[in-house]
Amino acid sequence: MLSAAASVATVTVAQPTPAFPDPESETWVADLGLGTGPAYDAAVARLHDLLLRAARFELRRRGAHTDLDDLAFQAANDALVAILAKLPTYRGQSRFTTWAYKFALLEAAVKARRRAWRGREVPLDAEGWALVPARGNTPGTDAETAELLGAVSTAIATVLTSHQRAVLVAITLQDVPIDVLAERLGTTRGALYKTLHDARRKLRAQLALQGLEPLDSEGGSR
Amino acid sequence: MSDETRNRLAGVLGPAGPEVTCEVCFDELDHFVELELAGADAEAAVPGMTAHLEGCPACAEDHAALRALLEAGA
Repeated sequence: MLSAAASVATVTVAQPTPAFPDPESETWVADLGLGTGPAYDAAVARLHDLLLRAARFELRRRGAHTDLDDLAFQAANDALVAILAKLPTYRGQSRFTTWAYKFALLEAAVKARRRAWRGREVPLDAEGWALVPARGNTPGTDAETAELLGAVSTAIATVLTSHQRAVLVAITLQDVPIDVLAERLGTTRGALYKTLHDARRKLRAQLALQGLEPLDSEGGSR
Repeated sequence: MSDETRNRLAGVLGPAGPEVTCEVCFDELDHFVELELAGADAEAAVPGMTAHLEGCPACAEDHAALRALLEAGA
């Protein structure tokens, strides 16, 4: 699950007054809030069915076929536990089912990513940043782009801590999923994203010092 | 600059503007997607969400998944 520790944001989101968008959502919350009894049991069973359908949908969408049902059941089970624990935090800003679906989709996605990377080595090598200039070092690369890519590569090598460099390279250049990396490093997705955010901010600041403003317009890297 | 190089560079440098955290993104995802599908200004309701979705591949996948599920009629 996601971390509460990250402090990336300079943006805060206003918390609205709790309300229900429709009668069905109110019924879900009322029944699941009972905590025991036939109505509660029936609601939990209906919710599990719904979560299972969502997890299967996502796993199929991702092209996962091996052990799909097993992964989907695990995802639905874990999502159900999370939803029951977090039920008091449902604020009614969306339909209850939409709120619930996201837990099943998250669990399915995390399990699928971890399954895909099971047994694979997660690259955390210091040389990975060389991928940046390598990608620009082709016959069609203009001098301005080559200069920018060189500056980015140098900044990665010189202004980041070794941990920031390893996280940035793994996630953005070697396409390691952030939750797979979090699992291997014994940390959380939120904490890793904070590290990535800080690394990116350092790189942007370094490029600005050099008068480089990447990606602001096509072909205009300076 | 080729599209591949541009996309890779965008991934390395991330969004320029302020963004929400992964945790806030997950908290607001259902609200954000329902607003998007209703044609409302979702970014105005959840400032910094769009930037985060540009910068965080995993959250972008979660966003795409919820959109796809709701668009499929769930």
